[in-house]
Amino acid sequence: MWSLQELLPGPVITDGAWGTLLQAGGLGAGDCPDAWNLSHPSFVEGVARAYVGAGSEVILTNTFGGSGLRLAAHGLDHQAIEINEAGARLSRRAAGSQVRVFASMGPSGRMLAMGETTVEELQASFSEQAKALAGEGVDALLLETFADLDELRAAIAAAKETGLPVVASLVFDSGPARDRTMMGVTPEQAAAAVVAAGADVVGANCGNGIDRYIAICRRLRAATDRPIWIKPNAGLPELVGGRPVYRTTPAEFAARAVEVFAAGATFVGGCCGTTPAFIAAIRKALAPGRS
Amino acid sequence: MREAVLTGNAPAAATAARAALAAGVAPIDLVNLAIRPAMDEVGRLYEAGEYFVPELLLAARATKEAFTLIRPLLASKDAPPAARVVLGTVQGDLHDIGKNLVAAMLEGSGFEVIDLGVNVPPDRFIAAIKESQARVVGLSALLTTTMPAMKTTLDVFGTSGLRDRVRVMIGGAPVTQAFADSIGADAYGENAAAAVEITRRLIAT
Repeated sequence: MWSLQELLPGPVITDGAWGTLLQAGGLGAGDCPDAWNLSHPSFVEGVARAYVGAGSEVILTNTFGGSGLRLAAHGLDHQAIEINEAGARLSRRAAGSQVRVFASMGPSGRMLAMGETTVEELQASFSEQAKALAGEGVDALLLETFADLDELRAAIAAAKETGLPVVASLVFDSGPARDRTMMGVTPEQAAAAVVAAGADVVGANCGNGIDRYIAICRRLRAATDRPIWIKPNAGLPELVGGRPVYRTTPAEFAARAVEVFAAGATFVGGCCGTTPAFIAAIRKALAPGRS
Repeated sequence: MREAVLTGNAPAAATAARAALAAGVAPIDLVNLAIRPAMDEVGRLYEAGEYFVPELLLAARATKEAFTLIRPLLASKDAPPAARVVLGTVQGDLHDIGKNLVAAMLEGSGFEVIDLGVNVPPDRFIAAIKESQARVVGLSALLTTTMPAMKTTLDVFGTSGLRDRVRVMIGGAPVTQAFADSIGADAYGENAAAAVEITRRLIAT
């Protein structure tokens, strides 16, 4: 039985964006990325292998939108278990025994505050997903890009049922300083809430480029003694000639990543717009000090 | 009423509405002099970063309570019927939280919202515009990759001959004023609170 302790105190390089690579592989706007675990398994495994090859010590799974509630938007909720099991298997195979697999679980897409779902419904949906992922041998569960604490608490409860370590990561992209979630949650409130709910690692991902993350990381570091998980975007995308372009280069990102580690992060990777090149750049930037 | 709206207290808003109406306040005055200013204040607090989504939703719910009581009384020759707004997330995009917030704010400000949901192709917008005779249309997108569908939608409005009959506002996380200008949208809104002011402005044009 492995333990999160094996990875501490870090620094641990996680992985980069999957959506960006799936889109490059032909995933269309409006398509369900998670369904590619069934329809394009080799391509998905290829993404996992690309990150392992680039130096990721932790890779995720292509299951971000894999909760039954989220899949329902594509009419695929009846395949939730299949999709999650496939995603976990593909990453597990690519990771082998040297790299850890943290399975991605994203929000349901329903707003509790607007009465679009209930805590019970959320917990059941996340529970189904968590069990499917755990059954295929992932090393931990990563709850990412959450904005609502009540929904995140339901997800943490579901994830903890599996007995696996749980990472709880929120997106702080609102407010004048872009340092609160859409629901107004601050890093301090988030840290306190997720730790009280039993999360093992506290984190932030998406919503901002890496510049803003140094401050967010420091605030999380000050708010908890749990390990910190950080995954910024490669900047915010701009439409250039009808296509989204992310302005931050791998080298720029890697230089900042070193600062994020110094600011107290244990786990650092990239979110939207990042690629294996970003991970390789981080590895290179860390190389001088590593054993 | 102001207190009820600012604190998002729906029962208190209903009580305040009943009390005002019983005291002889004209329904239209209750809307224009009490509810609208309160919602505007909520919007200002949201834009200032003091109120967030939960406060917005609670306030909208409170005014909706009040409107449930007031609307039947407004349907008279003295007051114009609620202006209609068609909303939808563009084709290829399944995100709806922003759009739903706009809908809540617009309904909370007395507009009638026809919400087409997500992944809406241009034809469905057109059908809804024709059926509802709405003069304002709101397009939402959360992904940079689906923003081009806003241009496509506007182009189809043009070829269908109804571009001049509607005013189009667009919004969503990756959307900008520059983008709105480049595709010929009538307005760009940075958030759900801004949508209310924009809609009022567009209705008047």
